[in-house]
Amino acid sequence: MTLQSLQTALALPEIFVAAMASAILILGLFINKDRNDIVCFWLSVFTLIATCVLIISDFATQTAFAFNGLFVDDPMGDLLKVAICLLSATIFIYSRQYNQDRNIFSNEYYVLGLFAVCGMMVMASANHLLTLYLGLELMSLCLYSMIAFFRDDKLAVEAAMKYFVLGALASSILLYGMSLLYGLTGALELAVISSVVSNLGKDNLALALAVVFIVVALAFKIGAVPFHMWIPDVYHGAPTSTTAFISAAPKIAAFALIMRLLVGGLEDLHVQWQQMLIILALLSVAVGNIIAIAQDNLKRMLAYSTISHMGFFLFGILSGSAAGYSASLFYILIYATMSCAAFGLILYLSTKDFESDQLNDLKGLSKRSPWTALLFLILMFSMAGVPPTAGFFAKLSVIQALIDANLAWVAVVAVVLAVIGAYYYLRIIKLIYFDAPQTIPEADAPIAVQSDSKIVLAINVIIIIAILPWIGTLITLCNRVIKQFVY
Amino acid sequence: MLTNYFPILLFILVGLALGTVAIGVGKVLAPNKPDAQKLSPYECGFEPFEDSRMKFDVRYYLVAILFIIFDLEIAFLFPWAIVLDEIGVFGFWAMMVFLGILVIGFIYEWKKGALEWE
Repeated sequence: MTLQSLQTALALPEIFVAAMASAILILGLFINKDRNDIVCFWLSVFTLIATCVLIISDFATQTAFAFNGLFVDDPMGDLLKVAICLLSATIFIYSRQYNQDRNIFSNEYYVLGLFAVCGMMVMASANHLLTLYLGLELMSLCLYSMIAFFRDDKLAVEAAMKYFVLGALASSILLYGMSLLYGLTGALELAVISSVVSNLGKDNLALALAVVFIVVALAFKIGAVPFHMWIPDVYHGAPTSTTAFISAAPKIAAFALIMRLLVGGLEDLHVQWQQMLIILALLSVAVGNIIAIAQDNLKRMLAYSTISHMGFFLFGILSGSAAGYSASLFYILIYATMSCAAFGLILYLSTKDFESDQLNDLKGLSKRSPWTALLFLILMFSMAGVPPTAGFFAKLSVIQALIDANLAWVAVVAVVLAVIGAYYYLRIIKLIYFDAPQTIPEADAPIAVQSDSKIVLAINVIIIIAILPWIGTLITLCNRVIKQFVY
Repeated sequence: MLTNYFPILLFILVGLALGTVAIGVGKVLAPNKPDAQKLSPYECGFEPFEDSRMKFDVRYYLVAILFIIFDLEIAFLFPWAIVLDEIGVFGFWAMMVFLGILVIGFIYEWKKGALEWE
């Protein structure tokens, strides 16, 4: 075996991120104590942006394999990786002030973030059960420790512990499913598994068992009902900067995981996993939207909103057509952008001793800061799916995919539940625009945020509306990368 | 039959002799001052028999975790060493990259003072 036969050049972005993360870790030890965190922070942001440039400059047009079939470089993977890096860089910038105020602004935080990004990128390019699992664990282990960064905070430690235990459980269920799959097909490479599965036939009971395990594990990882118990506690307990990080890029990695496993490896068993996903998705949208109404903590409310959005995202996958997958891809890209902006806004409003994560903290925001209030307005309309925001087009394309797959009844239920969900998004707008401000001094303090974060946040929110003229281009791009993947 | 197994017999005899001689010489020549601690089955800072639910210094845990990383590294090195002549220069450098990544972790823990007991 030689270096050339491995085609390592295809994995250059991943290698770059991992190498930079290691370099930043060491660098943080050797430069001046009072400057090292800020230097490491900017180097991390630079790494992510440079990775984006690396991927875009060599954007795959063909599917190419590296590391003897462990790794695949295809347009879908590249698109997902660009989104992962951009969103993570955005959240790093949002998190700076918050982390500085709370003494968790350290080079370790950002190094862990970079390693998590590396794990997500490996997942996006995995072509082998081992690579998928490796990427998943690299990401999860980094996230567990990023949640526990408030070491003395009871809620944060509890959240990390819960996430760790349930994450380990989900991983073991996934491994069980994978081992069953390996036993039945004798292969770990997804393309080989796919061809063996089509020979074994749809009615193989043992294969169905493997699919059950894999679907349950995936549902755990994305937090679909009834495997959603960890999401509210983790979103609530974690430092808001970490919650923001968990809520955006890992969702895109989860899309990669589902596509590679269910579509890339087990598409012939579509009938089997479609039924399971219908139940998971409908329950997620229902439970997420209805329980979110009862929340008075903004982070917890957004956690339930995540659950319902994950349900919507599954609708596209379960429709089982190229159009459905590309609707799902479009949905997850838009959702991750919105989620990134939502937590960016919470970070933006928080000050040194004030988390600003209660719904009541938003009362009268329009008088305190009309600009922030407007950003909230756009974002909440988009999350609820009100036209002409990007969130509307995301929901529309998913519903369309459902109808094309002759699942009109699912589409009807989904729309009804989405209308119920609109209530709690609109309630935030009501609090901001029509309620009198609170009289506690913290909630009245002027918003003091670094200008870089301010600008990025504004771009992040405005893009949700400003993308409209190009929304066709984005959908075409999604269609193109999915076509390349499916055929 | 005997010729095949003769080396094994020899090995057993030499092993027995070596063991007996080492322990015997130690018994005869070494100073012998036993106390309760020395005679207990384990000597690691803990009472050998007590309730397992007790507080202990978290630094033991840290040392154990750091040890496991390098323990696992060795587990990778053994099979690598056996097939090194087959995998050649490429295999050599692949392992060096792996060790390099571990060394980065080692530098980090050393510089952070994780190896200091106090």
